[in-house]
Amino acid sequence: MASKPTVLLPIAAGTNRNQDLADAFVAAGADVNQIPLQALRDGDAKLSDHQMLAIPGGFSYGDALGAGRLLALDLRTWFEDQLLAAAESGMPMFGVCNGFQALVASGLLPGETAPAASLAHNSNGNFECRWVELSPTDSQSPWLAEVDEPLWCPVAHGEGRFVASDIETVEELDLVALRYSSNGVQAVGEYPANPNGSVNDVAGITDSTGLVFGLMPHPENHIWARQNPLRGRSNRGTCLSLFESGVKATKG
Amino acid sequence: MGHNSDNSEAEHVLLIGPGQTDSGPDGPLSRAGLFGVNVAKIEEFTVVHIKAELSEQDLTRLAKLVVDPVEQWWIPRSEHHPEGDQYTVIETGLRPGVTDREAAELIRASAELGITVEAASIGRRWVIHGEISEQNRDLLARRVLHNEVIERWSVGELPGAYTDPTAVGSDIDYLSITAADDEGLIALSKERRLGLDLSEMLAIKAWFVEQGREPSDAELEMLAQTWSEHCSHKTFRGTITTPDGVIDDLMKTYLRSVTEEMNAPWVHSAFVDNAGIVTFDDDFDLALKAETHNHPSALEPFGGSNTGVGGVVRDILGVSAKPIAITDILCFGPEDTDPASLPDGVLHPKRIRSGVIAGVGDYGNKIGVPNIAGAIIHDDTYTTTPLVFAGCIGLLPHDSNPTAAQPGDSIVVLGGAVGRDGVGGATFSSQSMGVETAEIAGSSVQIGDPVVEKGLIDIILEARDAGLYTAITDCGAGGLSSAVGEMAEELGARVDLTLVPRKYPGLSPWEVWLSEAQERMVLAVPDPEPLLELARRWQVDAAVIGTFTGDGQMVVVDGETPLIDLNTTFLHDGRPKAELVASTLEIERTDRQTPSFDHQEAALKLLAHPSIRSNESVIRTYDHEVMGGTLVRPYGGVEMDAPADGTVMIPPGTTGDRAMAIGIGVNVVQGRYDAGAMTMNIVDEAVRNVVVAGADPKQLSLLDNFAWGNPTDPDTLAKLVAACQACKEAALLYNAPFVSGKDSLYNEFVGPDGTKDPVTPTLIITAVGLVKDINNVPLTGVTKAGNDVWLVGPARGSLGGSHLDDVLGNDFGGELPTVGAEVLQRHYQLADAIAGGLVRSAHDIAEGGLSVAASEWALGGRLGLHLELEGSEDPEVLFGEGPARYLVEVSPADSEAFGQIVGSASKVGTITDEAAVRVGAAFELGLEDIHRAYTSQGAI
Repeated sequence: MASKPTVLLPIAAGTNRNQDLADAFVAAGADVNQIPLQALRDGDAKLSDHQMLAIPGGFSYGDALGAGRLLALDLRTWFEDQLLAAAESGMPMFGVCNGFQALVASGLLPGETAPAASLAHNSNGNFECRWVELSPTDSQSPWLAEVDEPLWCPVAHGEGRFVASDIETVEELDLVALRYSSNGVQAVGEYPANPNGSVNDVAGITDSTGLVFGLMPHPENHIWARQNPLRGRSNRGTCLSLFESGVKATKG
Repeated sequence: MGHNSDNSEAEHVLLIGPGQTDSGPDGPLSRAGLFGVNVAKIEEFTVVHIKAELSEQDLTRLAKLVVDPVEQWWIPRSEHHPEGDQYTVIETGLRPGVTDREAAELIRASAELGITVEAASIGRRWVIHGEISEQNRDLLARRVLHNEVIERWSVGELPGAYTDPTAVGSDIDYLSITAADDEGLIALSKERRLGLDLSEMLAIKAWFVEQGREPSDAELEMLAQTWSEHCSHKTFRGTITTPDGVIDDLMKTYLRSVTEEMNAPWVHSAFVDNAGIVTFDDDFDLALKAETHNHPSALEPFGGSNTGVGGVVRDILGVSAKPIAITDILCFGPEDTDPASLPDGVLHPKRIRSGVIAGVGDYGNKIGVPNIAGAIIHDDTYTTTPLVFAGCIGLLPHDSNPTAAQPGDSIVVLGGAVGRDGVGGATFSSQSMGVETAEIAGSSVQIGDPVVEKGLIDIILEARDAGLYTAITDCGAGGLSSAVGEMAEELGARVDLTLVPRKYPGLSPWEVWLSEAQERMVLAVPDPEPLLELARRWQVDAAVIGTFTGDGQMVVVDGETPLIDLNTTFLHDGRPKAELVASTLEIERTDRQTPSFDHQEAALKLLAHPSIRSNESVIRTYDHEVMGGTLVRPYGGVEMDAPADGTVMIPPGTTGDRAMAIGIGVNVVQGRYDAGAMTMNIVDEAVRNVVVAGADPKQLSLLDNFAWGNPTDPDTLAKLVAACQACKEAALLYNAPFVSGKDSLYNEFVGPDGTKDPVTPTLIITAVGLVKDINNVPLTGVTKAGNDVWLVGPARGSLGGSHLDDVLGNDFGGELPTVGAEVLQRHYQLADAIAGGLVRSAHDIAEGGLSVAASEWALGGRLGLHLELEGSEDPEVLFGEGPARYLVEVSPADSEAFGQIVGSASKVGTITDEAAVRVGAAFELGLEDIHRAYTSQGAI
């Protein structure tokens, strides 16, 4: 058996769902290297020694000046070369919640050639924590290769309303990967199925290669059946398939 | 206000649009309406002040940091011309020196871009559209748009909030007390708001006479802080003369010594450290703590509750545990309070409520600790004195909390720098509040910075595992004075204040020593180097500020200048014992006389009662999923909108099928009549909650949180004594030891005319239990039509002091429920049936009695109930309250076995697929009506 791929999981000041995400990748068969951002700056580890980059959820820098924006600045200021090299080599990248916000704010999602996008304040103005259903689109992203049913997991964010300067083009480029839905039917903006007012119910997107993937909800919080709040009533599947897909997309 | 003023003295002021309009119930427009100010629209813009010499290009780069690329734009503030022709501009912003995370991050990020920014500050511009009188404009600014405790406002442009870089703190003051007479001593205590009484001032005077010198301001402040009610629990540890004899130390007599006598094998530490420590499994312990943060929350609701959560999380860190769960119990006045009836300086309950909830959510969400249990309670007396209780549970490996600092260990402060915010909080929290409090005590209120605390969690757990420190405590009320003072109690210490990091210049030495700047921990460290390196990796500020000496003297210097030289024995044991008097508690209840009333209507009113109705919309703003261990959430059932009793979490990092359950007991309605009976009943409620959650009732640990009025009032104190006595009785009855607690006294508002308005005696009981097999945890809400319904306990409850009377609007007499030894078997039997896997779902019968319990339970499964009890038509059956009563769902195949195990239960009905709850022939409520009432946000 080939050796396990290692996921680099950077921790910024205010990152907090790192252990949840690490547990999910471990359950999906990867090794995980959790490391403070400062140690990465110090050169204690290099992205190129890993097979995946995964940016966890949380409130990096307290969401000051806009969620994910200062973490994005860090990525651009200190790790631009490493990130470009990794993208060049076809390394899968993943961002969840605050990690997704950072990928979008840094321009890695939906990508330099795609229309500008952003994650704005939820339309009800509040932080929102509830379980949501996510239906995969026809996206050919390797992150969805093993996902054959809607995902069921919590959201927990205040700034998760996906907006784009030109959503039609984002759709035409097939960059939308997951949409909020209810019993398999798209939410069409209805709260609470669409918990934040995202345009076209967008919950997760990819870049044009499909390798860089980000989403607002937390699939890492539904890895074991016991985490399902409807346990004993409805046997919805876990989100492990998403992480397994990502791990399979890594290159030895 | 010239056009060019924005860029004079190298300042750039950016205005970010578009304006936000919040017309929701918590938005400025609705809150203005509450004060009778009706305008067309209120727009909110962000204003960013940047003090720097910037090129156009650099300004653009900085603007990109603060402006959303899709939805926002920016212009120089001077170029902002609101739409329409009738508008008023008001700007608000923090006072200089108040923690401003956004501004600090802007400066840091600018440096990352290679741009030097000298200072920054962020404010708000409000554009009020429509006609408004000057009087209403000012009212709007003062009561709706800003909080004078931490903010400023102006009509039109408000300058940026910059601290003066050349400010110099005042010199050390020496206070003449050795020759002062009694009057002079009291005057000094009042003038400096020390909160010390004459006997305490005399003790201080005597000590300094003996020393042959006068105290410095810092020495007096340190003594006042150490001896404050908040830090030394004067009342609980004082001597209380009652008509039945003298009680020496309430805490020891009724709480601590009871725990010691019980000597429960699962209790490792109780009442001695920042938190109680109990066994979880073979590898781990749980650390338990609950705190109060009332006074600050009354003045600045967001900052008060925010730092309340931050403080209790640090208590858990202070025993080297990883914080894994937050709880919060919030007590507010009625939402329909007439604003005109509020004394000056008292915020409206709606504003307090939204601020407090936002503050609780913000802190927990940002540090990534799930908020999994709580309650919101309403009472008229909470209008002027809202209460905020915050709890935290931590996880730590057995025996991993070092508690023995050694002489020669360095004193290391981790976390935030010192500012002027939060000076004097300990003494402030120990006194009554009045109309002038907001003005005077503004500096006592702090603003939290959860991201710094998240860094503390990371670094402390790593330092603990690496064995880098010998003792640790949190820096809370009283700041370094309290933290270092407590740690140095046995050893003595020497601190140099010039080594303490500061946010800005201009602080006096005593302010540095007493500042309650948040997010700091103090550690005793044999070798600081590895810890400092760890701090650098985690981007946490750290400083060595002194050493533990071993000579028993608490010495503080400011460079070369001596500031404090106190003997630690005098500091910690020199306070004369408080002497208090309690009256005879007379509780006379008239015979019960229930009027006739419409049962259905009363049941719906109960479901909409402000202390019973759904708080789902609140808990949706709290992250209760982070860490992935939450098993039973605050709301569950098919639509996840029905209330759970206890909540359950598998502590992250543990293995196996074990979990912890949390239950909370509180009943302010009973508290109005009988503090002792209330105490017994709410301990039972907390026990019921964890039993339904699947916990073992033979291995429970309890926390107490008292919020009481002024203990120098003999009647108020008598009620406190009764509650403490009942705590002892309950602990012994349930064999459930108290392991930690917190008392908050002086919760009264002194009106402008001197009238005193104390809170209804309020006690929160938190029970923490162990679920030994998560596979047997009952679900929230009924699960299947055709299953049997069993009632554990008697069908009839008591209507004395009930919520029924509260919605009927009168006390119709009758005894409060009594709690006797017979309740124990009911809890134990149900727990056995749950452990045997026989229970599908269950719900305890609590506030509002059977009618409320059955309605909530049915709602959870979106199914009906048909119950037949003896006396189904009686109010005592439908609405009576009392201990150890449950509704339980059992499948018909298990019913016989259940009946054998739970001898105290009777089969009372079945679950149906009708959308209604029926009790007997006459009582019927439709699920839709139940849902509407339960989710209503006001009177129905």
